[in-house]
Amino acid sequence: MPGPFALFKWQAVLRDWQVFAEGFGMTILVSVLALVLALVLGILFGMMGTAQTKPLRYLNRIYVEFIQNTPLVIQIFFLYNGLPYLGVMLPVFWVGMLGIGVYHGAYVAEVVRAGILSTPKGQFEAAYAQGFSYWGAMRYVILPQAKRMAYPPLTNLAVNLIKNTSVMAMVAGGELMYHADSWASSNLYYGPAYIITGILYIALCLPLATYAKYLERRLEVSA
Amino acid sequence: MIKLENIHKYFGELHVLHGVNLEVAEGEKVVIIGPSGSGKSTLIRCINLLEKPEEGSVVVDEVNLLTTPAAVAKVRQSMGMVFQQFNLYPHMTVLENLILAPIKLKGISKDEAIASGLLYLDRVGLQDKANAYPAQLSGGQQQRVAIARALNMKPKIMLFDEPTSALDPEMIQEVLDVMIALAGEGITMVVVTHEMGFARKVADRVIFMADGEIIEQNTPEEFFTNPKHNRTRQFLSRIAHAV
Repeated sequence: MPGPFALFKWQAVLRDWQVFAEGFGMTILVSVLALVLALVLGILFGMMGTAQTKPLRYLNRIYVEFIQNTPLVIQIFFLYNGLPYLGVMLPVFWVGMLGIGVYHGAYVAEVVRAGILSTPKGQFEAAYAQGFSYWGAMRYVILPQAKRMAYPPLTNLAVNLIKNTSVMAMVAGGELMYHADSWASSNLYYGPAYIITGILYIALCLPLATYAKYLERRLEVSA
Repeated sequence: MIKLENIHKYFGELHVLHGVNLEVAEGEKVVIIGPSGSGKSTLIRCINLLEKPEEGSVVVDEVNLLTTPAAVAKVRQSMGMVFQQFNLYPHMTVLENLILAPIKLKGISKDEAIASGLLYLDRVGLQDKANAYPAQLSGGQQQRVAIARALNMKPKIMLFDEPTSALDPEMIQEVLDVMIALAGEGITMVVVTHEMGFARKVADRVIFMADGEIIEQNTPEEFFTNPKHNRTRQFLSRIAHAV
């Protein structure tokens, strides 16, 4: 009986490279869109977390705690299996994009909130004293500074986000993990399929993670 | 120009200002001195509502700030403030610090804001630092930039909250020189400081505060040569010893 990594299995992977390429492309697309959604939600809810009005801060806590303390898989399953009962049928691509975006938005919100809180109080006061409103101060003075603090953790978050798109495989998401798994379960060439898939994830995540480390070092130098 | 009436300020249980009244006329230079914890910084911060008094009224340029919150931002544009810790925007160059508020708040064109910004930088002796970042400047230079930043809004009033207290001794004078020159131009100034020489030289009126109240106020000559209250005399003698 041939081993799990027999040569002909690798050749099969090469022959069917388009399956993997399609999944890889989908993973990138979902990652980018989900990341945009996560950033928008995260900046919005992160600012709410530092707002003077209590209800806004409560909204921030509800979102962050609810999302961070339930598994991503449940959230995806809810969108995929739960929403249809409420009459909402989302294409699986949307399920993945929304689920992953909303999930990581909660983490982005915490990073943004921490970035805002780490900006010295005097910066708000200087902006207010010049006549800026809360939002003006945020936009021109606070957020640009919080951004510098937030870049390294945000880059790490992007790495996690890319890896977490793989949960879409559980709902036939059409991304890399799904394609690799369904390809492998049809011919049982699991070994090469998973290794190639892992390498493709590394190709996306390692440069980002390295970039995050570079940003962290640069921040330490300038601080 | 500025009229504070019966100002009460609490920080939690702590009663910081006990019904303070302060009136500043147009063009007047008022210097507020007093021991730390006397409430002098809190008082000056009440003028532009960085601290919101629990009781009393704050009227600036005939606008009652506590009853018309919508007007606060507009009034603040006409009131420059210089802080103990400079509070320059660290992510912007010196020139960008100067032009941000005029462009975004007063709708002045970028070219115009830059032109007047460079003029003010020249006046504080730092035109060559226009493209430097705050972190590249000494404390004294940063504070002079902060003054230029406030002036580039063309304010009617300048508030100085202990502008030299965070500076190394050798840098205090360069900042005071800028403030003295500014005082000669007729702008209304309220200054909280420990610099008695500056008070003597520039002030139209010196105010002594202790325990959240104004104890005594007078012209600098009268105030320094003939203080009326015991607390004032104690304070001045302690300062004299320190100097």
